[in-house]
Amino acid sequence: MTDISLSPPAAVPPKAPSNSIFRHARYVIAENPVTGLAFGLFLLIAICALIGPYVVPHDPLASDTTASLQAPTWRHWFGTDQLGRDIFSRVIVATRLDFAVALFSVILVFAMGGLAGIAAGFFGGWTDRIVGRISDTIMAFPLFVLAMGIVAALGNTVTNIVIATAIINFPLYVRVARAEANVRREAGFVQAARLSGNGDIRIVLTQILPNIMPIMMVQISLTMGYAILNAAGLSFIGLGVRPPTPEWGIMVAEGAANIISGEWWIALFPGAALMIAVFCFNLLGDGLRDLVDPQRRT
Amino acid sequence: MLATLGKRMVTVIPTLIGVVIVTFLLTRVLPGDPAVYFAGPAATPQSIADIRKQLGLDKSLPEQFARYVSDLAHGNLGNSLSTGQPVVKEIKSRLPASAELTFLGLILSIVIAVPLGILAAVKQGSWIDHTCRIVATAGVSLPVFFTGLLLVYLFYFRLGWSPAPIGRLDAFATAPPTITGFYLIDSVLTGNLETFKSAFGQLILPALTLGIFSLAPLARMTRASMLAVLASDFVRTARASGLDSKTVILVYAFRNAMLPVVTTLGMVFSFLLGANVLVEKVFAWPGIGSYAVEALISSDFAPVQGFVLAMAILYVVLNLIIDVLYGVIDPRVRLEG
Amino acid sequence: MKRRDFLKSATALAATSAVTAPAVFSANAQTRQETLLLVTENGPNNLDIHGVGTNRPGYEASWNCYDRLITHGKKTLADGSISYDRDKFVPELAEDMTTGDMSVTFKLKKNAKFQDGTPVSAKDVKWSFDRAVSVGGFPTVQMKAGSLINKEQFVAVDDSTFRVDFVKKDRLTMPDLAVIVPGIYNSELLKKNATEKDPWALEYTKSNTAGSGAYKVVSWKPGVEVVYERNDDWAGGPLPKLKKVIWRTIPSSGNRRALMERGDADISFDLPAKDFSEMKKEGKLNMISNPIGNGMYSLELNVVKPPFNNEKVRQAVAYAIPYPKIVEAAMFGVANPLFGGPSNNVSAITWPQPTGYKTDMAKAKELMAASGAGPIETTISFDLGDGVNSEPIATLIQESLAEIGIKTTINKVPGSNWRSEMAKKSMPMMVNFFSGWLDYPEYFFFWCYSGQNAIFNTPSYVSKDMDALIDGARGAAAIGDREKYATDVKGFITKAYDEVPRVPLFQPFLNVATQKNISGYQYWFHRQVDYRTLVKA
Repeated sequence: MTDISLSPPAAVPPKAPSNSIFRHARYVIAENPVTGLAFGLFLLIAICALIGPYVVPHDPLASDTTASLQAPTWRHWFGTDQLGRDIFSRVIVATRLDFAVALFSVILVFAMGGLAGIAAGFFGGWTDRIVGRISDTIMAFPLFVLAMGIVAALGNTVTNIVIATAIINFPLYVRVARAEANVRREAGFVQAARLSGNGDIRIVLTQILPNIMPIMMVQISLTMGYAILNAAGLSFIGLGVRPPTPEWGIMVAEGAANIISGEWWIALFPGAALMIAVFCFNLLGDGLRDLVDPQRRT
Repeated sequence: MLATLGKRMVTVIPTLIGVVIVTFLLTRVLPGDPAVYFAGPAATPQSIADIRKQLGLDKSLPEQFARYVSDLAHGNLGNSLSTGQPVVKEIKSRLPASAELTFLGLILSIVIAVPLGILAAVKQGSWIDHTCRIVATAGVSLPVFFTGLLLVYLFYFRLGWSPAPIGRLDAFATAPPTITGFYLIDSVLTGNLETFKSAFGQLILPALTLGIFSLAPLARMTRASMLAVLASDFVRTARASGLDSKTVILVYAFRNAMLPVVTTLGMVFSFLLGANVLVEKVFAWPGIGSYAVEALISSDFAPVQGFVLAMAILYVVLNLIIDVLYGVIDPRVRLEG
Repeated sequence: MKRRDFLKSATALAATSAVTAPAVFSANAQTRQETLLLVTENGPNNLDIHGVGTNRPGYEASWNCYDRLITHGKKTLADGSISYDRDKFVPELAEDMTTGDMSVTFKLKKNAKFQDGTPVSAKDVKWSFDRAVSVGGFPTVQMKAGSLINKEQFVAVDDSTFRVDFVKKDRLTMPDLAVIVPGIYNSELLKKNATEKDPWALEYTKSNTAGSGAYKVVSWKPGVEVVYERNDDWAGGPLPKLKKVIWRTIPSSGNRRALMERGDADISFDLPAKDFSEMKKEGKLNMISNPIGNGMYSLELNVVKPPFNNEKVRQAVAYAIPYPKIVEAAMFGVANPLFGGPSNNVSAITWPQPTGYKTDMAKAKELMAASGAGPIETTISFDLGDGVNSEPIATLIQESLAEIGIKTTINKVPGSNWRSEMAKKSMPMMVNFFSGWLDYPEYFFFWCYSGQNAIFNTPSYVSKDMDALIDGARGAAAIGDREKYATDVKGFITKAYDEVPRVPLFQPFLNVATQKNISGYQYWFHRQVDYRTLVKA
């Protein structure tokens, strides 16, 4: 889902000296403490992803059927699941997988969609038409079902989830990149570069791409949230990662049947982790947008 | 008007063709062999080969595609393996179920999101603004199946406020005669209050789940567009002319701000229609989403193809209607051909 | 603007409607009393068992809406529950049965009528039996299992006499006449609905019932519900108490459980082991549980391809499986263990029975070393549709096998792909369940271990010696030679356990929850619900 911007997109001026960015950042965060919170959460998530597997109290894969389905205790902070595995350890270790899925999908879609969009916006003509057609065709599908179809067809692996997520987010990136590139097409600095003898490809890569990066960063941050939700939804259906790999969505699916029998902790903690992560990425995207282009603040 | 509509249809056709081709390819790539499924347990290689020939699956891919397209032209979307029914019939009967749910969800969402967005815009920067942002973002951050489960647990199991999540009606209530296919409308039209209450009761939780999920884009859009309008000249004039705040906001600003929201509504609706597959699974809702998911999981491709095609056409028609609506509401907007 | 008024009235409406009690039962308490609401995870995809690709819930519709010549009597088990009696036959549509040397003759009930009023005659029976052996697929194969193979075997002697000629003596012929497949169809009605392409009217019976059974389907919304109404003229047995049965499909087990606990549904059928054991503790409902006859969950190993073509590796696996953990954590104790018996050399002819294997990691490692196979990497597959049980089992096995040098990745195979994968016989290792309708050990072995290499023989195990034992047992049963029968049965079970192409894990239970005012539930070999004996107080 994207917001339709009302004011005409403004071209961002070339890189300003670093201390003014920090000052600007501090100002934005001070004005909007929620963004500060989001940055903090993001750091926490990144730390969990990086060092989580090394510091968790229990092996996330070790079953212990004598301790199965226990409510949270001092030994197992988040309780245990049906096979006696420690949920706290599994939630922390899952951070890495979910974070990686989100990160790689957005990198992939940025590479494919971003570049395609820039090409469409910059070159226009047939490039624009073809990219537009592909984008429209993808948009005409109910996106989640398309992701399901792709994973079902290609197989249940993390790679395919990443590919499916990238494909369904393709139209979004194309649209944003295209709009931005279109605006900058005739901008002064592009014309100057052309006069200096740079070819089109060079201009696209060295002038336009860095210039629209800030806007794309906002988009990337927002899409990371959706990528995680997408992977979780697929796991819920049964098309996600394979057991016994810990992943938030698959853990919620496992816990779903247990909610009615009162074992709320199996689904709640991974669900909460999911929510916090997606929440954080969404707020981060908003904050980045405020930082980068105050005119588009929503 | 007709000319612009006609031009729009022309651009839509290549998209639809693309959808048909991609769906066909995708479903043929799905693992699983319908011939084996049909041959039943204790199948022998011979019986499997016979059934494969019967189903026309031994022909080459282009031949199968040609057959598929000619079937489509006759309005035949094939039969579902798992229910054994013609896909067209099933989609026709299940679409109103999903549409009713999505509409109600959307209405609930508008009822909350629009006032919230207006308030947030009017009192920009205040705690209401931040709350609006947090609430809206929180709604979209929860996995929609998780929200559904939580609501069932709380409101049905613990509090007993809402009826059992077993579908569109209580087991002992009978469906109203089909006029529109929407139980709420049909039961009102035929004066059947019991059925209305039953249908509404069953609808509340799933609609709420969907509504929570679609809060964010609507609230954000309302807020953004209100902000833009509130900063515009005519509002300044209205204020300067001495009109009180409420009149300015609700009578003038709101009406003008609604236009982009209407466009967002269209997108949100089509997004929800595809995304409510998960909600339908949790609530046993006999809609088109659960139909497609079950078919996909069992490699039953006719329903999946039918579902995707139906959704694509719906999406296209919807966008067309929105564009027309936009032009009708706002004479300044010119339809692009 | 009237927006605010609209919002006000909408909230008011919402408030009143949300507080509906879980009963729209206020109207018609009487009919509620005579109606049963049954909830299960899946519904039928075809009402006729002869149909192409009919699923198991479809068998339930056929069972209740069509009659057979004979059926089984019932017996009460040790825990008070009622089960069909494998060894006792009672008349259903036939009132009399005379067994000859190579044939059996039935006299049909004079007052038997189809649901459209037409009297049942022997030609209907012949047409139905011809249909069963001609439509191919599962029904024909099932008929064959009881040596009912050719149309020529079925003779309508006169309007009310029907004879089945045997092609060979087979102990399974009689029980095979009582399974769901040889139901009696209304041949006149179906011939009217037949076409050239569809001479057996399979299209018609897919969504219409054309039988003489106790119930008929009055409404079927695929994937949602089936509504049955009683046939008040039923001649096949005592008139059922329930006038109407509503069978709803509710995919989420949590929702089904909630419905039962709140009293909104009457029967929840085929509960997962966890729900069963917890609901039993709570004691609010009638919880009935029966071991599934002739059935077991096992770990099946493909014996044709490496690495499991090596017998010592298979035996190592059999010692490495964490059996108690599986029964405890995956099945919550609701299962009969099939391990830890005195020896693989069995001394009884019951089936299934425990193997001599038990969890012994030291012995497993010893066997692995002796086998000469190095560290192994392979996959363990299971049917996603059975994930509730199979996933924890597979996960626990994966963990244990890793300790003896067998590294596995888990492969969840969705829905209909499972059948394809089984047909391809390409899966090296899988968690699977099989149970035969005819509760005899040679029947199970016929499907799962014999050289015909049927789809159920997932390990692709073919051995002349095994075939000799199975055929010997069948032949002995046909002529009543108890001694040879016992020798051969013990022989083939021992051989199966020694060579262990499949490692038995446990015998699962069929779990049912009913409200306290429901009685008359009976366990059947086909593991579906028989509405005809149910009573609602």
